[in-house]
Amino acid sequence: MKNDLVLRVVAKLFTPFVLLFALYVQFHGELGPGGGFQAGVIVAAAVILYAIVFGLPAARRLVPDAIVESMMAIGVLIYAGVGVAGLLLGGAYLDYFVLDRDPVHGQERGIFWVEIGVAITVSSVMLKIFAMFASRGHDPDE
Amino acid sequence: MGHYAYFVAIFLMVAGLYVTVARGNLVKKLIGLSIFQTSVYLLYIAPGKLIGATAPIVAPQYATYSNPLPHVLILTAIVVGVATLALGLALVVRIREAYGTVEEDQILAEDERRDADA
Amino acid sequence: MLDHLPALQVVVPLMSAPIIVLLRRPGAAWLISTLASFVAFAIAVALALRVAETGTVSYAMGSWPPPWGIEYRVDALSAFMLVLVAGVAALVMPYARRSVAAEVAEHQAYLFYAMYCLCVAGLLGMTITGDLFNVFVFLEISSLSTYVLIALGRGRRALLAAFQYLIVGTIGATFYVIGIGLLYLVTGSLNFADVAQRLAGIGELRPVLAALAFITVGLGLKLALFPLHQWLPNAYAFAPSVVTTFLAATATKVSVYVLVRFYFLVFAPSQALEGVPVGGVLIALSAAAIVAMSLVAVFQPDLKRMFAYSSVAQIGYVTLGLGIANEAALTGSLAHLVNHGVTKSALFLLVGGIVLRGGDASFASLAGLGQRMPWTSFGIGVAGLSLIGVPATAGFTSKWYLIAGAAEQGSWWIVALVVAGSLIAVAYVWRFVEAAYLAQPPAGAAAGEPPLSMRASEAVAVALCVVLGLVTAFNIGFARRAVGLLLGGAG
Repeated sequence: MKNDLVLRVVAKLFTPFVLLFALYVQFHGELGPGGGFQAGVIVAAAVILYAIVFGLPAARRLVPDAIVESMMAIGVLIYAGVGVAGLLLGGAYLDYFVLDRDPVHGQERGIFWVEIGVAITVSSVMLKIFAMFASRGHDPDE
Repeated sequence: MGHYAYFVAIFLMVAGLYVTVARGNLVKKLIGLSIFQTSVYLLYIAPGKLIGATAPIVAPQYATYSNPLPHVLILTAIVVGVATLALGLALVVRIREAYGTVEEDQILAEDERRDADA
Repeated sequence: MLDHLPALQVVVPLMSAPIIVLLRRPGAAWLISTLASFVAFAIAVALALRVAETGTVSYAMGSWPPPWGIEYRVDALSAFMLVLVAGVAALVMPYARRSVAAEVAEHQAYLFYAMYCLCVAGLLGMTITGDLFNVFVFLEISSLSTYVLIALGRGRRALLAAFQYLIVGTIGATFYVIGIGLLYLVTGSLNFADVAQRLAGIGELRPVLAALAFITVGLGLKLALFPLHQWLPNAYAFAPSVVTTFLAATATKVSVYVLVRFYFLVFAPSQALEGVPVGGVLIALSAAAIVAMSLVAVFQPDLKRMFAYSSVAQIGYVTLGLGIANEAALTGSLAHLVNHGVTKSALFLLVGGIVLRGGDASFASLAGLGQRMPWTSFGIGVAGLSLIGVPATAGFTSKWYLIAGAAEQGSWWIVALVVAGSLIAVAYVWRFVEAAYLAQPPAGAAAGEPPLSMRASEAVAVALCVVLGLVTAFNIGFARRAVGLLLGGAG
């Protein structure tokens, strides 16, 4: 599809805005509908759009496989790490109350980092799933 | 709201389960499985909704709120469903590469032929 | 830190998985998962000792008190299961290094260990959590990783086995979710203890009955309750040896444990079970499982498949005790979870050694194994005795309690059934003895024992088969305590 001028231009134009929208959904999650899961999927959608238009190899140059796989693990570790931080600060596992002197702020801080972890893992898992299926069976560049 | 949400849920549940059990095509089995799981999402979400109620965000103009817990539970279940579907499809791709077909009866026949040869 | 052991029990293996994925090296992956499973085992033992001393331990996740937050609850019953699951997880790890290297492609080995850690975390989580929905989440964590582990087995049949298990397992888990959804609609709570308390005041109610049915069928699929066992033989036969061992010893057992919790701690205090022949149905299905599956096992062409069918039959003994539901029978049931877990891990570990050396474990390739692999053959013989239930082996103690429980109730046909099942077990174990000791080895057949690291795990498992038959403090002692909890909760 990379020979179609309209698609190329639109995809290039859209990708940064999609990513920006993902950030909005991510950080608005504590005030309204949104959060790490939705934001992660939107980030993945931006890269997948790029991959569909410019081909999987181009997308893989953009986001190498090794990074995607590491991000899957890092996101989970951030989430679990917030839990351990609660432990080390004297609370229970996943206790956000102790993350700040003010327990309400602690809750906010805890969910902030957890959602970042969720976004990282969800986006990379979605990309990984897409790349796995797209690279099977035939030459993805055709 | 009556019970119609439950009727829809039960219909989807039975339809999905039927497709999963009755179809020999592995991809169709997964589609049936997804429909079956979706029906359960409905079963959880429907009772959480109160007519005239709003999302549980405190605001002065609202007095009644819908129960948010089912939504949270089902968000988890949806993630599990996505993971299951992705894994199932990945297995189907591998099966198709190994056997050249995604029809269960042909795969079993192929295995039996191998056994007979051995 | 000691107060946080219930959380660490799950978190340690859970966090090991992403660390393994980051490191990617097979050697490091093995090291981390070994460390994680031994730490988990140490935590489980520490928790069990604490429960024995001070009673039930409750842990509020995120400091949200139950029933609002998720509660981790270690009581006599769950402590017992934690020790079993974490113990088997640790037991197979020394064995895994060589066995996995031989059976799983090297570039996938780190994924294998990551999935293994997730599976362990899932099973431990199912055991320790006191929250209905959390059980489902951990059930799916363990199940999804199990599907992957099975698919990593050699040959394309592993793929189909994994797919079939995925379909059946997901249906089972979804049935379970429907069941707890109904319970949630009735009670408005998801905490085991809280739901039980609220149900106690409610009379006969149709949604509760439906919930009972959905949960029974859903968990029945996961624990391979006859006739819902169709997925099990293929899954066990084509999975890598380490996976077969771990699953046979723990996965189905944890589902039984969850079912026990529901029957005796959630439904029993209410009137939901009155007039519903749950016990009768369980006894009938278990009887069918014991006889039919043992007979099917006798005619299998392959050692792995034979022991897989035997596993379905052995689960029949466990559910039989649940159906009888008096003190002795329940003690037998719970003790059989451990005894059978230990016996089957010994058997599958040894069979894995045969597969490593000979390529497969079909009876045709077993001829003269007693001369070629004397140690392995002897081990299978000893573990086979425990499977049959010969006195002074682990299998005997639990069957003894089952028989005592049935006799107490005057159900002599069940006594006869247990004995008959054991006699059929003699038949299939004898098939191995016949092939290994009475046939001549073919010329040029592969000889030699598996490497020392694998034999160490095998030796411990085989020794446990005998030790648990002689020293019954762990299996019977713990089971008695747990039964006290179960029946105390009912009365």
